Amino acid sequence: MFIQSINAGLRKIPTWVLYIILPIPGLLAIVAGLTDNLGPEPINELEEQLGEFALKLLIVGLAVSPLLHVTRINLVRFRRAIGLMAFAYVLAHFLVWFLLDLQALNQIWTEIAKRPYVTAGFAGFIVMIPLALTSNDWSVRRLGRFWRVLHRLTYLAAILAGVHFIMLSKGFDVEALAHMAVILAFLALRVGKWRRRLQSGLQGLRTKLIG
Amino acid sequence: MAHRWTNTLTRADITPEPLWLNRRQLIAGALGAGAMASIASPALAETLEPNTWEHITSYNNFYEFGTDKEDPAANAHRLNTAGWEIEVDGLVDAPGRYSVASLLEGLSEEERIYRFRCVEAWAMVVPWNGVELKDILDKVGVQSGAKYVAFETANRPDEMPGLRYPVLDWPYREGLRLDEALHPLTLMATGIYGKPIPNQNGAPIRLVVPWKYGFKSIKSIVRITLTDQEPVTSWNMANAREYGFYSNVNPTVSHPRWSQATERRIGGGLFNRRQPTLMFNGYEAEVADLYEGMDLKTYF
Repeated sequence: MFIQSINAGLRKIPTWVLYIILPIPGLLAIVAGLTDNLGPEPINELEEQLGEFALKLLIVGLAVSPLLHVTRINLVRFRRAIGLMAFAYVLAHFLVWFLLDLQALNQIWTEIAKRPYVTAGFAGFIVMIPLALTSNDWSVRRLGRFWRVLHRLTYLAAILAGVHFIMLSKGFDVEALAHMAVILAFLALRVGKWRRRLQSGLQGLRTKLIG
Repeated sequence: MAHRWTNTLTRADITPEPLWLNRRQLIAGALGAGAMASIASPALAETLEPNTWEHITSYNNFYEFGTDKEDPAANAHRLNTAGWEIEVDGLVDAPGRYSVASLLEGLSEEERIYRFRCVEAWAMVVPWNGVELKDILDKVGVQSGAKYVAFETANRPDEMPGLRYPVLDWPYREGLRLDEALHPLTLMATGIYGKPIPNQNGAPIRLVVPWKYGFKSIKSIVRITLTDQEPVTSWNMANAREYGFYSNVNPTVSHPRWSQATERRIGGGLFNRRQPTLMFNGYEAEVADLYEGMDLKTYF
């Protein structure tokens, strides 16, 4: 009853609201940076805030499906907005890194190739590009079953982002490891489901062939 | 105070704060031109204007108080520095527990405006107050067999919340070769801008080795050991491939995860440009001979 009323309430919220709300933390950080309110080292601070928010949105996106299965709370309608906003934050994070932090456009490929943490982060960004480009109704219709398979790359993007976070930390960083643990937990739930589905599929095939 | 290193501004020059800055720029220039001689270099004077008190005391790496840059400023008030004692042991003539005051007794404090370069590729300029480590070591009497100096930071979980996390193998430890420790640039700092050093910057007493990455300049020291063995050091134990015992500032030796060729001076805003990092952080003329014949890519 309770869950039903939550879901009924959620259905009343239009998805466009997320495109208004979710950019706010990033825009506030940019404004704070421009007005000298991001601390003594605003470039790193902005880069970190955008990156961390991107990773959190990715994790929230991954949480939608387990939340539905465990609690029946349905946020599936909002998943596209969450994913696209995660991509927007990754893009902004990347732009701050190479325009403000690195400042040497001719070095971008050297940095990506030479620094494993940059490689991981950049790979995560690349993986997200086809996902962002196909986050629309037309692509969902056109790609059919393949769309679902393609969008499992979200897990890969999240893992790459988590690895990126761990690798750029100095020492034993509890925060970075906690993010990674959550991502891996969601992946484990998913893999369990995929395996069960594969097994039941094989079972079905077997009974068809033998029986 | 032996005055092996000339710094024309001392605490005897009681100058109103606005006037300090102008004088500082001059001294900074002298420093850059080759610390032993007081020749002002206007080009370097500009880049060596000290960072503000606000920046120096709010952007810190002091993992005992948390790993975020603002954590030390937020948490370090819990550290009680009253009655602070330093255990001096190992190959010394007069080992024992010394109060900070007794170690500093008879030594005159100097102001030293030094570049400070973090291994994370950011940099500041800090006007430290302190005494040369050599003067303290002379006081306790270094025995002839000593080759290294090991340092240890306070390990007080009740006062240092960051110690709850195994970020490093606590307590924090650092070390220098004896000749590095005796170098006139090597300072034991007790103040910044003529004020007592704030807890987040390593109160009541910390090391400052301006030609090495910041993590070598160990804070809130409780133990100094003279030894004939190269001491274990915290970041080296955590990751020997990334943090060597020497950790001299060297733009030609990359950190495995990022370049050390450039640095960003704290306080330049959102469109701050990177600047080239100087060999030995700009103190090449003073310290290069310590490492003569050593391959700095091996002994990084």
